[in-house]
Amino acid sequence: MSETITAPALTAKDFVTDQEVRWCPGCGDYSILAQVQKVMATLGIARENIVIISGIGCSSRFPYYMNTYGMHSIHGRATAVASGLKASRPELSVWIVTGDGDGLSIGGNHTIHLLRRNFDVNILLFNNQIYGLTKGQYSPTSEEHKITKSTPMGSIDHPFNPLALALGADATFVARSMDRDPKHLQAMLQRTHHHKGASFLEIYQNCNIFNDGAFEIFTEKGSKPQETLFLEQGKPLLFGAGNNKGIKLDGFKPVIVHLDEGHSADELWIHDEEDIYKAQILTRIFDDPKGEGHLPRPFGVFYQTNRPCYEDVMLQQLEEAKSRKPADLNKLLKGNEVWVIN
Amino acid sequence: MARKHEVLHDVVIKFAGDSGDGMQLTGTQFTNNTALLGIDLSTFPDFPAEIRAPIGTLPGVSGFQLRFSSDRIFTPGDTCDVLVAMNAAALKTNLTALKKGGKIIANTDGFDTKNLRLANYPDGENPLENGSLDNYELIKIDVTKMTREALKDFAMGMKEKDRAKNMFVLGFLYFMYSRDMETTIHFLNDKFGKKPEIAESNIKALKAGYNYGDTTETFTTTYSVEKAKMEPGSYRSIMGNQAITYGLIAASQKSGLPLFLGSYPITPASDILHELAKYKNFGVRTFQAEDEIAAITSAIGAAYGGALGITTTSGPGMALKSEAMGLAVMLEIPLIICNIQRGGPSTGLPTKTEQSDLLQAYYGRNGECPMPVISASTPADCFDAAYEAVRISVQHMTPVILLSDGYIANGAEPWKFPTAEQLPPISVKFKTQLGDQEEKLQPYLRDEKLARPWAVPGTAGLEHRIGGLEKQNVTGNISYEPENHQLMVKIRQEKVDKIAEYIPLQKLDSGLSTGKILVIGWGSTYGAIKSAVAEIQAKGHAVSHAHLRYVRPFPKNLGDIIKNFETILIPEINNGQLVRIIRDVYFVDAKGYNKIMGIPISKTELVMKLEEMLST
Ligand code: SF4
Repeated sequence: MSETITAPALTAKDFVTDQEVRWCPGCGDYSILAQVQKVMATLGIARENIVIISGIGCSSRFPYYMNTYGMHSIHGRATAVASGLKASRPELSVWIVTGDGDGLSIGGNHTIHLLRRNFDVNILLFNNQIYGLTKGQYSPTSEEHKITKSTPMGSIDHPFNPLALALGADATFVARSMDRDPKHLQAMLQRTHHHKGASFLEIYQNCNIFNDGAFEIFTEKGSKPQETLFLEQGKPLLFGAGNNKGIKLDGFKPVIVHLDEGHSADELWIHDEEDIYKAQILTRIFDDPKGEGHLPRPFGVFYQTNRPCYEDVMLQQLEEAKSRKPADLNKLLKGNEVWVIN
Repeated sequence: MARKHEVLHDVVIKFAGDSGDGMQLTGTQFTNNTALLGIDLSTFPDFPAEIRAPIGTLPGVSGFQLRFSSDRIFTPGDTCDVLVAMNAAALKTNLTALKKGGKIIANTDGFDTKNLRLANYPDGENPLENGSLDNYELIKIDVTKMTREALKDFAMGMKEKDRAKNMFVLGFLYFMYSRDMETTIHFLNDKFGKKPEIAESNIKALKAGYNYGDTTETFTTTYSVEKAKMEPGSYRSIMGNQAITYGLIAASQKSGLPLFLGSYPITPASDILHELAKYKNFGVRTFQAEDEIAAITSAIGAAYGGALGITTTSGPGMALKSEAMGLAVMLEIPLIICNIQRGGPSTGLPTKTEQSDLLQAYYGRNGECPMPVISASTPADCFDAAYEAVRISVQHMTPVILLSDGYIANGAEPWKFPTAEQLPPISVKFKTQLGDQEEKLQPYLRDEKLARPWAVPGTAGLEHRIGGLEKQNVTGNISYEPENHQLMVKIRQEKVDKIAEYIPLQKLDSGLSTGKILVIGWGSTYGAIKSAVAEIQAKGHAVSHAHLRYVRPFPKNLGDIIKNFETILIPEINNGQLVRIIRDVYFVDAKGYNKIMGIPISKTELVMKLEEMLST
């Protein structure tokens, strides 16, 4: 994200609107909103240069609560609306707020195409593994066998692995965070913003009404150390109480080692965000936390790389075309073959 | 041998061959040559339904009809004087449209046993030999052989040489109609500049065809057509989709709004995408989206950012865009949706023309969702229609549907093009600061047109949120209040209705303001109606013609015009769509004339219809 404009110092409060926030009490969206407001105040971008585009769903109410420019568009299309906006106004800071239903089901197509085109925008995908706004049907990220209103005998859909999907679409920035870890979420929002190119940040978000506790095992104090793996650039993959466990690569297979059982940190997988091959394996660490011998769920920046952004190349082409042949409307209308009648 | 020379007034030539025979190119070349002589013209390309139908088969036939005249003409003609048939299938598909006594120029090589079988002629029957064409003047030429012969010194392969067959035919016709070949020679040198051998061989074949006409006694008369009496001015030839492109670019330049096109390839609209993509020097951004929905929603995003947002499509794509059109209506932002109609429903007849999306344009969205509808009636008229669609869209802050169709999209005619200075200005005012009474932006505070302010991101102090949910009038805040919803539905309707105060009154295209029959048309039926009505008027009948540019809202005086006629006839290439709306709005017993065959209505059939109505 390029920031040439120096804005007056802002606080999170400057981003609050006069609209009453209508999410259910206790919804994970509140925390995400608070972190986004805090982070935006620190980015050095004037409010008028920020645009938040959303689709439809609980999370997509987001723009109404942000005192920036915003559009609450239609179901699944926020990514496409944002693409057109960014193509015509590359200088704006464009954020997309979407959910697992909005961004991966009805809008899945636009999501993958935005990623491969690499518009310099930020996608915040609030994943609560359920349809909240329509009151509790399973979503494309819901686990198999899930009993919901539309799956009384259990879901037979196999869920998406959102980060593997994003990486498969050649996203240039792929990360995961959670509503219940404000510090980590703020850090990830910062990274998302600073990445030049399409950034895909999946945020685990608790829907306490229709899917309460879906991510409890990753977010609650008791289980968090065992079940989560926080990625840090250049650092070994460590987790567990007091970082007593780590992950090493056995060929292409990640395996858990216990540091207190004679293994040293030198054997461990060192995280390298720029390594696409390792990123493929990392995004595939997606085990069912109830499964025997499962791996912990990674959080942080899985992958990031630089690739020219769509809007920049588009602009280059316009400039090149202009320098080759200046625009002349009269010449255009006249064409090459004219006859005159007197 | 002394050859006679005859001056003709009106000629229709149909070039027909296999899709690989280059008939479209031949037709376009003859068209440009004709145009530059100041002869009036009208064309109708007739593309095969399949892109790669097997060679020599009936579905693989590609045609190009060209009519040229020293009188003003408005249609490509109902029947042809000359049929160029490159193979048996081309003859078979087009013979019914040839006038009795008309000329057939047949490539005999395309009538060998294999070709005859592919065209479903009975075994042993060759129409060129069995006397079945005795009512026509048959000119048989072995084009393949002659072309190969002409190119015998070229090193290229046989296949390559055969590709120049169409140039041989073109040369032959140039001779027949006393033309100069310079335009095509120039074109070939230009097009194949990097492959001089191809340019040379084509030119050689062209000249060989010309000389063949000159030296053989194939026919005893050459022809010519004089300049047409057209309004003084500078002209060029233009096709409908090209004219839409220029209209949009001109509107972008005159309004100062950078053009953004979001589009997904679809026949017959893709050429607008191709054309606009060429004009990046005008700041035109073209975005080939992943689907029709992304095409329109990206254009909405661009328009939200202050660009001139455009999306182009045809029927099926239009259906996919409906929800997003609703969003644009709720957001009340400018957006142009160009629908180049084709035969439907579903995939329908992609390469054939139809006017069957009018009711869709009117009503085809969820909720009460009115949008202005503008229609283009001829290839050149597409320019004005596109320009006007932009004017209405940006000045009234509304999405606008522009309807054209496959017939005019690919048809060509002379265009008295304007200069940039002659084009009316399109003024656009972005909101740049809060008004005196405003503490914060009131995004749905309206002006006298009921248009809301266009406040774009990047404008300090005007930060605001809009969306597809119902909103409170003035503030734009989400509102589910019953009274507010009713109010907003009424306002959105009134806003579109009000456009009638800002468009010209309806004029009669021809005829008196009272009479027996008023023929009302919209879109591509223009030429056929105009020609048919002129013929009927010449016979002394009180028939008039009104052609609609503004289909929604109608011009304010349309009802008054209608009242002065005993009967209203509405010819359409659909199952009766405008006729329903006219009946609904004006309570008149309007009659329809409907043809739904994927081809235009002809002048002749309309004349018959009018005569039948007049005699009862
Ligand atoms: S339904 Fe669930 S996701 Fe939606 S607002 Fe309520 S708690 Fe949040």
